[in-house]
Amino acid sequence: MTDALLTGADASTEVPLKRRLRRAERTRQLKALALVAPLLVFLLFTFAGPIAGMLWRAVDDREVRQVLPNTLAALAAWDGKDLPDENAYAALASDILAARASGTIAIAAKRLNYALNGFRTILTSTARNLKAEPERGTARETLGRINPAWRERTTWTTIKGAGGPLTSFYLLAALDLTRNVDGAIVAAPPDQAIYRSLFARTFIISLSVTVLCLILGFPVAYLLATLPPARSNLLMIFVLLPFWTSLLVRTCAWIVLLQSKGVVNDSLLWLGIVDEPLRLIYNRFGVCVAMTHVLLPFMILPLYSSMKAISPAYMRAAASLGAPPLTAFLRIYLPQTLPGIGAGSLLVFILALGYYITPALVGGAADQMISYFIALYTTETANWGLASALGAVLLLATVLLALVYGKLVQGQQVTGGMKN
Amino acid sequence: MEAGMVTPAPALVRFSGIQKTYDGEHLVVKNLDLDIRKGEFITLLGPSGSGKTTTLMMLAGFEVPTHGEIYLADRPIKNVPPHKRDIGMVFQNYALFPHLTIAENIAFPLSVRKTNKAEVQARVRAALRMIKMESLAQRRPGQLSGGQQQRVALARALVFNPQLVLMDEPLGALDKRLREQMQLEIKQLHETTGITIVYVTHDQSEALTMSDRIAVFNDGIVQQIDRPDALYEHPVNSFVAHFIGENNVLPGTVEAVDKGYCRVVLAGGGTVTARAINVAGAGASTSLSVRPERVAIVPDDGSGEGPNRLPARVRNTIYLGDHALAVLDVAGNGEFMVKLQPGAHDSLRRGSPRSGSLRPGEDVFITFRPEDCLALDPA
Repeated sequence: MTDALLTGADASTEVPLKRRLRRAERTRQLKALALVAPLLVFLLFTFAGPIAGMLWRAVDDREVRQVLPNTLAALAAWDGKDLPDENAYAALASDILAARASGTIAIAAKRLNYALNGFRTILTSTARNLKAEPERGTARETLGRINPAWRERTTWTTIKGAGGPLTSFYLLAALDLTRNVDGAIVAAPPDQAIYRSLFARTFIISLSVTVLCLILGFPVAYLLATLPPARSNLLMIFVLLPFWTSLLVRTCAWIVLLQSKGVVNDSLLWLGIVDEPLRLIYNRFGVCVAMTHVLLPFMILPLYSSMKAISPAYMRAAASLGAPPLTAFLRIYLPQTLPGIGAGSLLVFILALGYYITPALVGGAADQMISYFIALYTTETANWGLASALGAVLLLATVLLALVYGKLVQGQQVTGGMKN
Repeated sequence: MEAGMVTPAPALVRFSGIQKTYDGEHLVVKNLDLDIRKGEFITLLGPSGSGKTTTLMMLAGFEVPTHGEIYLADRPIKNVPPHKRDIGMVFQNYALFPHLTIAENIAFPLSVRKTNKAEVQARVRAALRMIKMESLAQRRPGQLSGGQQQRVALARALVFNPQLVLMDEPLGALDKRLREQMQLEIKQLHETTGITIVYVTHDQSEALTMSDRIAVFNDGIVQQIDRPDALYEHPVNSFVAHFIGENNVLPGTVEAVDKGYCRVVLAGGGTVTARAINVAGAGASTSLSVRPERVAIVPDDGSGEGPNRLPARVRNTIYLGDHALAVLDVAGNGEFMVKLQPGAHDSLRRGSPRSGSLRPGEDVFITFRPEDCLALDPA
């Protein structure tokens, strides 16, 4: 009774009721937040942080700035049309001497060598041969004598281009682009232009694997969705079996199976189908077979869940309305599996894009995918800038794909995909 | 239709010696012989597992008879696939294609028949007009109510002018009020189009409302095929009597049979005269069937000695709005129902202690005419 009176009073003023609702909601929201907080913190440190770090490294460029600060200051006003003035030479000489003393010359040399092949030699030889600070007004001549490269405009534009603190150099390189001596973006020289074809190869392999998974997975998913539960459960265990084995073990198993003295070749030879062992591994075929095997469950499961939702009554209805089996399949069944096909294909494709271990183990030199080069630049040559830039481009492509898929799915939901 | 009333129309569908088993041991349908006449509305009625749906599915072509042959317009169709049978079907959950619009759903049977575009459009428009849903043509099934989906399913099954329309419990998912409305709409549709409809349901009132004839299924056998009134008034056995409408059962033993009537000694005491419908002869056990509305309650004043006058004790009364039921204890049957007349019902509602109202525990007499009491096979 009292409660009812109070509510009535609140209704007339509105504000206390709203505030009470907000308070009640806030408690609920805080509880929800507390439940996801551990995962959120974990993801922040293990996922968001590293990705942000990677994106930052793709544009970060402070190595040369740190080693040759005076040179870059002197070049700030240089228009790049002619050789720089005496001041710049003097600043470079003092920078090199200082860097030699602190042992940081190699840092700048490595970075400058990315931009201009042979720069490492120019810098280290200069550092070695420059005994003392040149006398006032003779820096240009002294340096030019030590290494004629200092008389080239390209040498200086390279230093200025690597001045940082941010650079598009790595991202351009990842797309086979570079800046010429005047700073315009041009195609990289053919011997360095490998990344576009690398991305294309990565996409082609991923696409082939996705198509293979779809072709192989669709009938299995259909069977899973239509068999009686006892048998479909058994089949489902077979589908999930690969998940219980390590990726490395499965990939190595393929090596055992497919190598020239492997089970497959031995059987073919024994049956007399071939006269000499087929080359089944360390080529594109091996990569596609092994990757398809590993990724198949990711295709089957979304397909299965979309097919499970399709009532058998639809096919019966189509038949009773006069549709022959193939027509009924194409016009009634297949369109309803499209969300599953989309989800499975996207999942497999995105996973395949980042595949590293399988192509590295069963692929030849011409089958290495982008991840291989990212790993190579990270661990072998320590060119983290380029590795990050390649990663950033891959990430961008993946995000774009996911967005396109999201749009498609959203369209599906607005216009259909509803169940009775 | 009119002609059909006078002389039976030729059979459109003939089930001949049909048997069906799924496991090779147990027959779901046992020796079915059934003729479905052109233009009639026939209902296959029965409890679940009685074989009615299997029969419908064999007719539609989704199940193959284990034995026997089905003829559609004198053509054997056992080996004709469903899509070539030219039979429209309305499914339990409508089975409207969720990715197609209402118009596309209705156009589907026409477009798979490669009908030309202009005609498809015209016929879809006519079908939409018939179900009064022209304005919803571009909606998806998921955006419609259950009743609307039901109408679309009907239109889709009728739009290609099939020889026969099958309906598998099409109203099962609707609420009571909507179900009753749709029953009338389907009935009306049948009358205006004159199409042959085979309808499956387990709801006897639905069957009584809509059908020209009802085939009562039980245990894989058709128990009786007849008009709704005949099923109610003249059931051939206990199952039909019990399944169609409310029914009181009194077990007993036949004492004598004479000119279509028999004297039966009740197991719970007392003797009654009943019509001998399905009794083996004197000495056989039987099950008497009396409808609640054919029984009268008379006060215990010792007056009159009718042929069927039995003592009863009032257990309870149930108020049902338009009428009331008295639950009595009669000859060992503790759930003997008697439909009370409106007058009796009035005094009941007032709860007045005057004579004519019934109090629990009160001793009364019931009486019914011999022709309203059927002696059937023991249940």
